[in-house]
Amino acid sequence: MNSSVIIFPGSNCDRDMDVALKKFGFKNKMIWHDDTELPKSDLVVLPGGFSYGDYLRCGSMASKSKIIRSVINFAKSGGLLIGICNGFQILTETELLPGVLLRNKFSEFICKNVFVKINNVENIYFKNIKKNTLELHIAHNEGNYFCSNSQMKDIQDNDQIALFYCGENGEIDEKFNPNGSSKNIAGILNKEKNILGMMPHPERMIDKYLSGDDGIIFFETLLNNFK
Amino acid sequence: MIVNENIAADHGLKKNEFKEICNLLKRVPNITELGLFSAMWNEHCSYKSSKIHLKKLPTTGKKVIQGPGENAGVIDIGDNDAIVFKIESHNHPSFIEPYQGAATGVGGIMRDVFTMGARPIANLNSLHFGSTQHKKTKNLLRGVVHGIGGYGNCMGIPTIGGQTCFDESYNGNILVNAMTMGLVKKNKIFYSKAAGIDKPVIYVGSKTGRDGIHGASMASAIFDDQIEEKKPTVQVGDPFAEKLLLEACLELMADDSIISIQDMGAAGLTSSSIEMVSKGKLGIELNLNKVPCRESNMTPYEIMLSESQERMLIILENGKENKAKKIFNKWNLDFAIIGKTTNSKKIEIYFDAKKVADVSIELLTDKAPEYDRKWEKTKLPIKNKLNKDLYKNLKISDVLKKILSNPNICNKEWIWEQYDHTVMGDTIQKPGGDAGVVRVHGTSKAVAASVDSSANYCFAHPLTGGKQVVCESWRNIISVGAKPVAITNCLNFGNPEKEKNMGEFVECLQGIGDACKYLDYPVVSGNVSFYNETKDKGIKPTPSIGGVGLIDDHKKMVSMGLKKANNIVLLIGKTEGHIDQSIFAKEILNQKKGPPPKINLFNEKNNGETVLKLINDGYIKSAHDISAGGILIAAVKMCISGKKGININKPKSLINYFEYFFGEDQGRYLIEIEKNDLEKVKSILRKNSVYFDEFGVVQEKNVVLKDNLNVTIDELIKTNKTWLTNYMNS
Repeated sequence: MNSSVIIFPGSNCDRDMDVALKKFGFKNKMIWHDDTELPKSDLVVLPGGFSYGDYLRCGSMASKSKIIRSVINFAKSGGLLIGICNGFQILTETELLPGVLLRNKFSEFICKNVFVKINNVENIYFKNIKKNTLELHIAHNEGNYFCSNSQMKDIQDNDQIALFYCGENGEIDEKFNPNGSSKNIAGILNKEKNILGMMPHPERMIDKYLSGDDGIIFFETLLNNFK
Repeated sequence: MIVNENIAADHGLKKNEFKEICNLLKRVPNITELGLFSAMWNEHCSYKSSKIHLKKLPTTGKKVIQGPGENAGVIDIGDNDAIVFKIESHNHPSFIEPYQGAATGVGGIMRDVFTMGARPIANLNSLHFGSTQHKKTKNLLRGVVHGIGGYGNCMGIPTIGGQTCFDESYNGNILVNAMTMGLVKKNKIFYSKAAGIDKPVIYVGSKTGRDGIHGASMASAIFDDQIEEKKPTVQVGDPFAEKLLLEACLELMADDSIISIQDMGAAGLTSSSIEMVSKGKLGIELNLNKVPCRESNMTPYEIMLSESQERMLIILENGKENKAKKIFNKWNLDFAIIGKTTNSKKIEIYFDAKKVADVSIELLTDKAPEYDRKWEKTKLPIKNKLNKDLYKNLKISDVLKKILSNPNICNKEWIWEQYDHTVMGDTIQKPGGDAGVVRVHGTSKAVAASVDSSANYCFAHPLTGGKQVVCESWRNIISVGAKPVAITNCLNFGNPEKEKNMGEFVECLQGIGDACKYLDYPVVSGNVSFYNETKDKGIKPTPSIGGVGLIDDHKKMVSMGLKKANNIVLLIGKTEGHIDQSIFAKEILNQKKGPPPKINLFNEKNNGETVLKLINDGYIKSAHDISAGGILIAAVKMCISGKKGININKPKSLINYFEYFFGEDQGRYLIEIEKNDLEKVKSILRKNSVYFDEFGVVQEKNVVLKDNLNVTIDELIKTNKTWLTNYMNS
C-alpha cells in the first residue's frame, strides 16, 4: 500500500507517522507542502503538529497551501485520506469534513491516554476491527468538536461519527469527554467514508513500551481491509 | 551622547568597572561600545563572581565529549551517538511576564542544543514558586506552565519530566529552569569556535526588533518595586519560527558548510559574535545595515543588544552562501551576510558607512572583571532537640494524608498533562516517575533524565545540601535502571555581593563538586543565576541538578509502580530517623531548625551501584528512591503508581514510628522483588555490604500497618491527586 505524508512547516508528528506506516508495511513517501503533485498513493495522511504555527486558526493556512489542491482532488476521487489532530483541523478548514475544532473546554492543552469507542465499522478504516474500544493518546489544545444542528443531523443520518470518547468499557458519558466535544465526538468520516479525521494519535501507540499499543490495531485493520 | 559614569551605572557597570573600561580603551567608549561592555561584563555573560569557584567542579570523564564552555555539554553514549544537554534559568523574565518568560526560556535552551547539531529529544524543567497562599502564585504557575507547554508542544519535543516546588522564599522571585537533551552523531557535532579569516558571517532566523534589549543586564540586577516597568525587556517567543529554524539548521548541518555556529541568546548579536571570534582568536567586522530588522530606525546600539528570539549566527565556508541561502529561503527564514571574520582581533561595527564601534575582543572577554568575593561559611546547625510530646496527638494515617496532599509532594498531573510528553514516539517513561526516559530513536538504547533541587537542605547547610542534591539526582537515574553519566547544573542564588549569599554559593558548589567527583558524575554544562532577590529578600540557595543516565537495553527499564501481589518490598539503606529539615518537621511539627540529613558518599555509591546491578540482572520489578517525605510517602507513591496496596512490616528496632516512617535519611531505595528471588537478592546485597530490611509485602487494595494504618488505595490516590487541581480551579 503506497502512502504519502504531507509535511507543512510546523508539522511535528510527520516523522512519527512515517515510522508507524513503515512499521506496518506501507510504502511511505514524505511530501513537502510547496509541491503541487502527489505521487501515486493509496493513502494520504495529514499529520499532527502546528502547521504554519497555528496562526490565524489551526489548520487554516494549511488548507490554502499549494499541495492541498491535489489532496482535495485525490480525496474527491475516492482516495483514502486521514487527518490526525492538526490534520483533522485542516480537514475541517478545507471543508472536506463538516464542523470545526474549538479550544478545549478548560482552555488547556491536554496530553493523556483516552479510550475511544468505534461507532461505525462499515468502512475501510474500521471494518472487522478486533476491539470496539481502543486506548489511544490525545495531545491538543483545540479538539473540542462543534458543528451546527443541521450538520449534526446530517452527520448522524449518514452515520459519519467514527469515534466517541468513552470509558474503559466503551461507556459513552460526558465524564469521559476530555475537551468538551459535542456528543463526545473524537473523530468523524465524510459521507462517502473515505476521509477520516480524528484527534487521537494512533501513531504514538505502536509498541508495548510506549503509553499503549492499540495503535497497532488501527494500522493493521486498515492494511487488512485494503488488501 | 557623551558616555559618563552615570550612564554606565544605568548599564549596570560599577564606578570602578567604568574606570577600568576607560583605562583599557585609553578613551571613553561611545554609547554602542558601552552597550557591548555592559553586555559582556555583566554577571550573566562574564560569570565574574562565580568563575573562580566554577573552575573547581569536576568536568571531565571517560564519557565526556564536551564540558562547560560551549553552547551545551556533550556525552558519549556509544555507537557514534552522543547526547547534548544543558539547563538554563529564565527566572527574572518569568516573574515579570510568566508566559513569555517561560516560553522563551524553553526556546533558548533548545537553541543551545540544536546549535550543536543535535535534534532535541526531550525537555525537562525545574520550577519554584512562592507560597501557595501568596496572591501571585496561582497566576504565575498558570502562566509559566502555559508558556512551557506553548513553546515545547509547538516544537514537537516531548517534555518528559520536571519538578515544581513551593516555598515563601520565592514569593518575589520565582525560578524557571529549563533543560533540553538532544541527540547527535559523534562525528557531526558543531562548535562555536570560529576559524579562518574572510569567512562570511551569516545571520539567520527571525528579524531583529527592540524586544529584550538589556535582558542579560536585567538578569544581573535585583528586583525592586518598579519591576513591572521592566516588561518591555522581556522577549517574545515564536515557537513556529524556532521549529523552522531547527529544521533549516539541521538541513544545512548535513554537510560541512558551517565552520561555527552560535545562537543569539542573552545579549544577542553582541555575545554571539564576540564569543565565536574570541574562541577562534580572530576579529570580526559587522555591517549593521545588513541585519534584518523588524522595526524602523533601529540604532546600532539597539541592534547589537536586542534579544529578539529565534536567531542564529553562523560562520560559513566561502562559496557555501548560495546553498545556505536556498535552505533558509525554503523554510521562509531571513538570511543575510552581515560581515566577515578578520585577523584584527577586534570587533569593528559599521552603520551608515561609519564605524560605530572599534574594540579589542580581549577587552570584552578576557579582561572582564573576575571577583573573588568575600563569603561567609555556614556552620552545621546543632540537632533540634524535639520534645517527644509533639508526637503525642499525631496519628500515622493523618500525617500520611496531610503530607500526600502537601503542595510539594502532591501529584502534579495538572501541570504535566499540559505538556506534550509523547510526541516523537519514544517516551517510555512519562513524567511523574523518578526520571523521564526516552529511547534513542531506532536503537535499543534509552536515556533517562531527572531534575532535582533541595532548597531546604541547601539553606540549612549549603555544603551538605549541595552534596545531597547530586545524590538525589543519582538515585533518581538509578531508580529507572539507568547508569548515571553526567549532570548539568542551574545555580540559582541570591546577591553575590552579600557575604551570606556568596557563602551559600561557594559551599553548595563545593558540595556538588565533592559528590560529583566521588560518584564519577561530572558537570558538563550549566548556568549561574545570581541576584534572585526582591526588596532585599533573597531566595533559598537553589541549585537545580539535571542528571542524565544511559540504559543499554530499554527493555530493562523499571518504573516505580508496584507490579504484583505477594511480591516482597525491600528497603535498601539504613534508616536512622533523621527528622530535622524534613517535610514532617516543617509541615506537621512546624519546626524549621536543625541540620539536613547526613550524606555518606560511600553508601550512596555502593547502594546505588548494587541496586543498578540488581535491575540489570532482572531481579527488580519496581524501584523508587526515598526522598522528601520519607519511607512511607515513597511506599505509598509506589502503591498509587501501580494501583496496588502493601502490608508493611513493623520496624524491628525500637525507633519511634514517626521518625522511622517520615525521617529523610539518605542513600535509600525501596525495591520490589519476587518471593522466589528473595534469598538470591539478599545474598547479593550482603555480598556487597548493602544494609537492607524487609519492608513489606505487595497486596491488592489497602495500605496496612498493623494497629496504625489501613487505608484503601483509592482514597490515597484521591488525596494525592486532587490538591493541585482544586487549588488551580479555586
